[in-house]
Amino acid sequence: MGSNEDSAQSVNGSSIKITDVTQDGDTLTFAITSQKSSSSAGVCVFRTYEDFEWLQQGLFSQEDVPGLQGVIFPPLPSKPLPSTSLSQAKALKQLGFLALGDEWMIYCKALELYLQQVAAHTTLSKSKALYSFLNSSESPGKQCGKKGILNRLSQAMEEMRKEGHKDVDEFFQSERDSSTNLSALFKLSTEKFLDVVLNKQRLALACGHFSTSLHLCVNQDNPTAVAFSKICLKLSDIIEAVKINYEKVSDNDISTLGLGLDLESRYQEAKREMLFRRTCKLVELETANRNSERAKPNKKAIMEGVQKATQKEFDIISSVAKQEIEHYHRDRVSLLRDFLICWCEKQLSTARESSALLSQHLDACKKFAV
Amino acid sequence: MHFPSVFSSSTASPLPTLSDSAMDPPLPVSSSEPPKDIFSEPPADTFKDPLNKTSAEKAASGGLSKAQAAVPVKVAADEELDDLFSDSLGESGAAPVTDAKIAPLLDLGEEPQKSDVIKKDGNADLFKEPLGAMTKKPQGSLFTEAKSEAKAARPEQSNSAAADLFTEEAFTVTPVVAAAKSSVNTSSKTNGLHSDEEDLFAEATVELSLDSPHNDRRKREAAKPSAPAPSLSASASTSKPQPKTLEELEEEEKEDTFDLNISVTNPEKVGKSTTSLSMFRSKQFTVRRRFSDFLGLYEKLSEKHAQNGYIVPPPPEKSILGMTKVKVGKEDPSSAEFVERRRAALERYLHRVVSHPSLLQDPDVREFLEKEELPRAVSTQALSGAGFLKMINKATDAVSKMTIKMNESDVWFEEKLQEVESEDQQLRKLHAMVESLVNHRKELSVNTAMFAKSVAMLGSSEDNTALSRALSQLAEVEDRIEQLHQDQASNDFFIFAELLADYIRLLGAVRACFDQRMKAWQRWQDAQNMLQKKRETEAKLLWANKPDKLQQAKDEIVEWEAKVSQYEREFERVSATVRKEVIRFEKEKSRDFKKQIIRYLESLLQSQQQLIKYWEAFLPEAKAIA
Repeated sequence: MGSNEDSAQSVNGSSIKITDVTQDGDTLTFAITSQKSSSSAGVCVFRTYEDFEWLQQGLFSQEDVPGLQGVIFPPLPSKPLPSTSLSQAKALKQLGFLALGDEWMIYCKALELYLQQVAAHTTLSKSKALYSFLNSSESPGKQCGKKGILNRLSQAMEEMRKEGHKDVDEFFQSERDSSTNLSALFKLSTEKFLDVVLNKQRLALACGHFSTSLHLCVNQDNPTAVAFSKICLKLSDIIEAVKINYEKVSDNDISTLGLGLDLESRYQEAKREMLFRRTCKLVELETANRNSERAKPNKKAIMEGVQKATQKEFDIISSVAKQEIEHYHRDRVSLLRDFLICWCEKQLSTARESSALLSQHLDACKKFAV
Repeated sequence: MHFPSVFSSSTASPLPTLSDSAMDPPLPVSSSEPPKDIFSEPPADTFKDPLNKTSAEKAASGGLSKAQAAVPVKVAADEELDDLFSDSLGESGAAPVTDAKIAPLLDLGEEPQKSDVIKKDGNADLFKEPLGAMTKKPQGSLFTEAKSEAKAARPEQSNSAAADLFTEEAFTVTPVVAAAKSSVNTSSKTNGLHSDEEDLFAEATVELSLDSPHNDRRKREAAKPSAPAPSLSASASTSKPQPKTLEELEEEEKEDTFDLNISVTNPEKVGKSTTSLSMFRSKQFTVRRRFSDFLGLYEKLSEKHAQNGYIVPPPPEKSILGMTKVKVGKEDPSSAEFVERRRAALERYLHRVVSHPSLLQDPDVREFLEKEELPRAVSTQALSGAGFLKMINKATDAVSKMTIKMNESDVWFEEKLQEVESEDQQLRKLHAMVESLVNHRKELSVNTAMFAKSVAMLGSSEDNTALSRALSQLAEVEDRIEQLHQDQASNDFFIFAELLADYIRLLGAVRACFDQRMKAWQRWQDAQNMLQKKRETEAKLLWANKPDKLQQAKDEIVEWEAKVSQYEREFERVSATVRKEVIRFEKEKSRDFKKQIIRYLESLLQSQQQLIKYWEAFLPEAKAIA
């Protein structure tokens, strides 16, 4: 791949946007626009979730990329479930925060971030799959993806056994330990935050009911009844304001911190997966070493060959992994920072609005003649 | 701040101390009593003006002002209340009554100290001294003394015998916010200070008492000076200065260590002529009352006045479950909530009773408020929730069983009754909504706490220092927000849920008074029928020519004619009373609701402003992440 080809192919990561989403029965179709870094011409393509999965598989199965297993792959969000009432609970379980929000907006945002992260990755951005995905007018997803080296199904069984395998490198051992720990904690926090947000939505609903009921307490028969009715209506307005406030607050929660925590959780998982892959390689290496030592003279040469190759792979993976981890640490902090700031600012602004509105209501009430 | 117990500490004798009772302190909302309690046991929470305003004298003011502040107003006679109030207002140059209708402290400033005010049967010494002392002593000492004693030692001020008991027992179940804003109401005459704020008294100790076999454990305490507090329920006119007296009612548990201090503001008016018109001899007093005493009071009032068409406020209900918990000594939030809820309900109940101009005149009420020891109320079983409901239902049934459709000459009554019925339904619905709201908020508070914890754990495990710090800060912010949610839930409850519950019960009382009117009508009708029969008898006798029995018949006719006209008058009278009562009730209701809404708004606003502060504090932390 010549440099011309490269630059011709490279996409401007930050220009990737998911501009629209349509739902047809069970299928969601996303409209994705992007620009190449070399030109300002934009491209728009339509993709379904299967296409995204195709992309992810494509990234996993790139050949000619040394140490690919050491790469922390940007996490693809889970499959979106059509939101019928039956699957609402299921959707929440599977997608968490991404299931909330109006019209799949949050989900789209997450997908967008995924694409941006892939495009920003030095190695992954060069993948042909990405190029195809972003530019090809044909939907690429129908092809049966090659089973990449990262076939997860087969890993499941091994996972338990190898997860705890002691590392040869202190750096990695400590990374693995802290990863396990933090990953669990982030997951927990995300869940708890989701509970809080859902609760706020329920509260808003209850306020709505209360407000509506107050509206029904109108009686025009006599002056005192009229006075009382006015009071009820006033209260109804106030409760309505409370409800709207809660809705805004929970929207803020979802679109900033919720999304951020979700992303962080998934990224932690991706990191763990990478470390696991490396560990598997380590196990493989140690096995090869043992085999090589024990090999009978006639097989020894072969074993040694295998051992050397494995060692080489392992070393490359480790060095890629180290780099990846460093980037990861830097990126995630800045990502969280951005989300936290955004969250705080939005909540602050909502609180100020609400405060002003309540103040107005209070003044009006005080002047109310009874 | 708060309460300067005006009278306290001035003498060795039982000193009245001001109790701090926070009006509806932001306690965790009690959900210990299911909503059912409220309605199935009508004598439930009564009207509590959550803003039981008890103006605590500000410690700041001078002694005089305090004294004045503490002085309860004497109550003037029923009809003259208006004049008195207006007068006293005028005299004292009362500060403009705020929407809370705070009664400026009555201009008792000068007078209270007078001994005549203090005449009280047997308690004269108690009151005299404090009062006298009060004016002379510098405020500070009084208050400090009072204050220090206030909490655990309140009992000590009272009869010493009680002191020990109290100290042991008085443990603060819920340390309510002590001395919420205290406002000084001072008589304008003396120092022209008027405070119209609502004061909340914080309850230092809370005790609950159930009817216990030996209730003589506690002696009644001397009355504490009560700070006049603006009372919500303005009696007749809006400009009436309201509660001047603060009473502390304490209930005791027989074996238990709960001490319930209720501050009730007793709207009394300070009249110009204090001696002849004064119904209450002392300006301020504190008495201890058992819960059963309240029920007994209701029973007495009901017996006397209900049949005349008065709306007698129902007392709070007895809750076996709640009391059992408290008795067992469980120190969990729900029993504290229960205690606070009951305390608040009793306060509201008394408040409504004393703000009713006619009921206030009742000697039983005065006795309740003043007398050291009340004979134990008997048969209060009947007034337990179920009992009360039965009573009401019986009355209603009896009336409806009379298949007589009342010949309603005045359609006003019919319409009004229908209004009452539909309003009852509406209020019940609203109450259910509010309960649901309260529950959701409590849930939110719990969830927020859990989130805060998980973030705290994150913060401590996180490697990146700045991020770790930010996360820890976040955990703290969320913790504080949790508290906000809790407070808000409590507010929802105490401001609205209890208000609605009170009014649902009150509507029951309103219906009851309509029933009474029906009964009066029935009596009249029956008398008329009887008269008719007697006349027929007379006619028959005339025809049959039995002169001896004739005279008797004639006598009976005369007798029944008199009865007919008496019953007719009574019916007219009851009708007029009912009408007046209902109108008054409706006005009160509007005022009550408005007041509560304002209070609610203020609390919402405060909540939001706190939230803003928290976010503003967190933002730099988030930005500092690198």
